[in-house]
Amino acid sequence: MKKLFRRLLIGAFWMVVWWAIALAVGLPKLLPGPPETVEALFRLAGTAAFWRGVGLTMLRVALGYLLAVLTGTAFAAVCWRFKGVDALLSPLRTVIKATPVSSFILLVWLWLQRAHVPVFISFLMVLPIIWTAVQEALGAVDGNLKEMTNMYRFSRWQKMRYLYAPSVKPAFMAAALTGLGFAWKSGIAAEVIALTPDSVGKHLSDAKNYLEYPDLFAWTLTVILLSMLLEGLLKAAARRGKGAKK
Amino acid sequence: MIQLTNVTAGYPGKTVLRNVTLSLPEKGAVAMMAPSGFGKTTLLRVLAGLLKPQSGTISGLENKKIAFLFQEDRLLPWLTAEKNVSIVSSAEKARFWLNAMEIGDPAQYPHEMSGGMQRRVALARAMAFGGGLLLLDEPFKGMDEALRARIAARVKDQFPLTVLSVHDQEEAELMGASILRLDQMMNQH
Repeated sequence: MKKLFRRLLIGAFWMVVWWAIALAVGLPKLLPGPPETVEALFRLAGTAAFWRGVGLTMLRVALGYLLAVLTGTAFAAVCWRFKGVDALLSPLRTVIKATPVSSFILLVWLWLQRAHVPVFISFLMVLPIIWTAVQEALGAVDGNLKEMTNMYRFSRWQKMRYLYAPSVKPAFMAAALTGLGFAWKSGIAAEVIALTPDSVGKHLSDAKNYLEYPDLFAWTLTVILLSMLLEGLLKAAARRGKGAKK
Repeated sequence: MIQLTNVTAGYPGKTVLRNVTLSLPEKGAVAMMAPSGFGKTTLLRVLAGLLKPQSGTISGLENKKIAFLFQEDRLLPWLTAEKNVSIVSSAEKARFWLNAMEIGDPAQYPHEMSGGMQRRVALARAMAFGGGLLLLDEPFKGMDEALRARIAARVKDQFPLTVLSVHDQEEAELMGASILRLDQMMNQH
């Protein structure tokens, strides 16, 4: 309760700072303060287009994210197990990590349908995060415990279930949380550039083009709130998983 | 009979056992005694098949199921004491041996237990696993005298052959084991 109160207090402090700057600038059409932004948010939330955009954006990002989590984990396991495959695939990982997201968006924009660009971009941004974290964690599994499982004749399934999965879990969860933020931001950036229909990104882009800055702020606030919500949900799921195990 | 002939073993850059030749009986208990660094753990690891000798031969271990109490407890920290044991045996055997090792609450996780209790859980795991050869590396670590005597009485004679490393003669006597002075054997070479 005390923690929540402190958080609210910190949030209120920054809200006041924002408001003070907006008042000092005195141009609510270009730098809206909290009242104008909240007003725009309520107005937008009353339209079906808002919810369709939010829903479809979440769906695209979630799809790309889940595909990346599955593929990244599979790649990590294969690369950890087979050094030859690791040598072959690691340049791919390095290239994905080093290439700016905007370059990828512009490239795949030519090849994919607009609705598919954010899915692919979210996937691509999360893939190396999960891949690297899981592969490193697999490499760091306690050698003494590995030896013990061999000595006591654990089956492959038992090793996976009782040694590798719990050993990798903390690194996996940390990467999954980091990846979620990346998926969300890069997915929306892809929607902005690819002008994906029925998307938060497209609404952001429209608001900028029509100089509707209160709407732009309202959409940005929506993105932030949804990001916090998704992160909270993932953390809660992780805590629940931990609780259920005990 | 397990026979080691001119076995030399160790780790990269360090040879620990040099030209060890010894015979272990089919049945009974053998306690290795030697100051630290004379290769008690190394010899147990060679017998467990975890360390390949650099030279020499070993016979009599083919197809033998071996239970090994490592020098470290090596319990899975995310599993309860009960699960740590039942994973290598039946639930019934696990309960029996945890009870025999005087583990009051098998639902506890290793981090909730004292060092001595963790040792006894690891020992329960080795006992529940079963087999033809029991290897024990300092099995009574962290146990007081009375507890050590009770535990030794329950572990004794449960396997056809037990080979253990101990620090003092009393532990060997508790297990009814013949003593193998590894330091003296090594000095002869």
